[in-house]
Amino acid sequence: MRYDFDFAVLLDYWPDFLAGAWVTLQLTFLATVFGMAIGTLCAIGARGKRRWLARAIGIYVEIIRNTPFLIQIFFLYFGLASAGLRLPVFTAAVIAMVFNVAAYCSEIIRAGMDTVHPGQIEAAQSLGMSTPTIYWDVILRPAIERVYPALTGQFVLMMLSSSVASQISTEELTAVANNVQSFTFRSLETFLAIAPMYLALAALLKLSFWGIGLFAFPRRRRLGTAL
Amino acid sequence: MDIVFNWSYFGYLLYGAMWTLVLSACAFVLGGAAGFLVMLARTAQSRLIRQIALVYVEIIQGTPLLVLLFIAYFGLGVFGIEVPPLVAAAISLMINASAFLGEIWKGCVEAVPRTQREAAECLALTRWQAFVDVILPQAARIATPPTVGFMVQMLKNTSLASVVGFVELTRAAQVINNSTIQPFLVFGIAGTMYFVLCYPLTAWSRSLERTLNVGRR
Amino acid sequence: MSAAVNAPAVALPAVALKDVRKSYGPLEVLKGVSFDVAPGEVVAIIGASGSGKSTALRCINGLESIQAGSIEVCGHHVGTQRSDAELRALRQDVGIVFQSYNLFPHLTVEQNVTLAPRRVKRIGNAAAKDLARACLAQVGLAEKADSYPEQLSGGQQQRVAIARSLAMQPKVMLFDEVTSALDPHLTGEVLRVMEKLARDGMTMITVTHEMGFARRVANRTIFMRDGLVWEVGGAEMFAAPRTPELQSFLGSEL
Repeated sequence: MRYDFDFAVLLDYWPDFLAGAWVTLQLTFLATVFGMAIGTLCAIGARGKRRWLARAIGIYVEIIRNTPFLIQIFFLYFGLASAGLRLPVFTAAVIAMVFNVAAYCSEIIRAGMDTVHPGQIEAAQSLGMSTPTIYWDVILRPAIERVYPALTGQFVLMMLSSSVASQISTEELTAVANNVQSFTFRSLETFLAIAPMYLALAALLKLSFWGIGLFAFPRRRRLGTAL
Repeated sequence: MDIVFNWSYFGYLLYGAMWTLVLSACAFVLGGAAGFLVMLARTAQSRLIRQIALVYVEIIQGTPLLVLLFIAYFGLGVFGIEVPPLVAAAISLMINASAFLGEIWKGCVEAVPRTQREAAECLALTRWQAFVDVILPQAARIATPPTVGFMVQMLKNTSLASVVGFVELTRAAQVINNSTIQPFLVFGIAGTMYFVLCYPLTAWSRSLERTLNVGRR
Repeated sequence: MSAAVNAPAVALPAVALKDVRKSYGPLEVLKGVSFDVAPGEVVAIIGASGSGKSTALRCINGLESIQAGSIEVCGHHVGTQRSDAELRALRQDVGIVFQSYNLFPHLTVEQNVTLAPRRVKRIGNAAAKDLARACLAQVGLAEKADSYPEQLSGGQQQRVAIARSLAMQPKVMLFDEVTSALDPHLTGEVLRVMEKLARDGMTMITVTHEMGFARRVANRTIFMRDGLVWEVGGAEMFAAPRTPELQSFLGSEL
């Protein structure tokens, strides 16, 4: 059985692929920023004194971690639509991704916060520091520095799962590929072509996180060792 | 006339859930076997083999599973064989799992103290004997919690098979929703079924981890 | 006598514990502890482990809550009820140094020292840097400002911890077995810094195993046993203990 590969026809569509990759990046950026913020708040709440809040966060995290992203995105998008709220597909994808990644972030950050020794907090209290200051300067900063590799790994995974948003027709890279293959009938070539594009996006993402890490964690930059 | 969700639909969801389990089992067995090979290659003595394995892992871990699935689906299709979606899904899940499990297990093998291998080699065991009889049993203990954790990941990943038309739980829910238009209910029930399947594994993985940590102290 | 009414109130103590009681569940660790510390005085607290000496110290800056009695520290009142704001105000006047240093590992030495002044007293970055340099010079570590804690020896880390407390310009300093975690050859540098502080007039309460330091530097030494103040005295107490318990404790420490 012979198959003649024809990648040339795809060349005409490069602006579409580029636009798709751009949407993927936008989705990733928004989900990273908001997911990180909400995940951090959840991590703090989960360790806090309010039992009901910690419990509610625990339930949220378990639900997200134990159901597929595809089901989450369908539930949100089609569910809200049936209730009369038609979200733009881009917005729906961002919301679903934020909810998803925030749950994982909160678990990772919580694990990091658990590594902060109680003596650190006592020392900060003894210096008269307020609770918000202690959380930010003494608990969160070293915690996030410690779990930074796990966090960034999670964000790369999330960029890859943004391909699932194609199933509600968000025009990101995979959805573009779907369209292109329906015009060209070159399905295999199309998907073979976007695989390296995702690899490039993943590399770009890892590079950015590395750069951010250098900037955010001077200790690591100077000593080159993990905290 | 409105079509409303009823017990026969629930039965259809259960039928889908069964295929989700079948696909997960296939993915785990195939992916586990392939992942073992990846782990061997990642810890091989030959630098070349290690590098090739690393490139493989980087490529697979940097490609969305959905794209892998399409490549498997259309790729097998071009050979003129009518590919059942189950086969395409199982193959793509296997490839995905091989990279992730291989990497997890490589970490576990390397977590076994060097001195263990040295001690075994001092007893004149061959490299392979030392690996099988000394390293592997210890690595397996460390590897169990993350492996069970990844099984949850795989189970959830099978939902993507719905995209190529394989009727598992997510596809079944989509089909029902198309006629009843009760997405909160239908996807809610499907989500609950996934939760029921995944949560015990999650809890198990967590308790294994706890026992392991206590044992290490 | 009417003259007493006009006497100036100079002798108001910097720290005063009155009948302080503290329990962990059924276990009573402080069974009515009372003592005063005058401004500029150096007091050492000695005793076996479990005698309650560290707990008493930690009550003074509110790290441990108390169930009965009261503590007055530089005009701050610590009772059985405490609000966060009151505690923070108290802690700005009371520095503490711990056995395990508890430096912030992700910050440089200088940032460790400037963090609280910047965040709590809201002083500017430049002023905070100057302050840090002065405090680090006081403990002889000015040249280590840009190092990270893990790059320092235990003795140096403990001196940084002292500088970190000094930067808040406390009126009272508490030392909780600060040399116990150190290798013997590193204790000297820390004790010398503390001696210098004492000579400069700092009010200090130090829980310690260093009998030599207590005898030489402390104005008074408090011997605690079973959650009570058992014996109080000056340097002469080491040569001639009044109670057999102190005698046997001193014997076991030698």
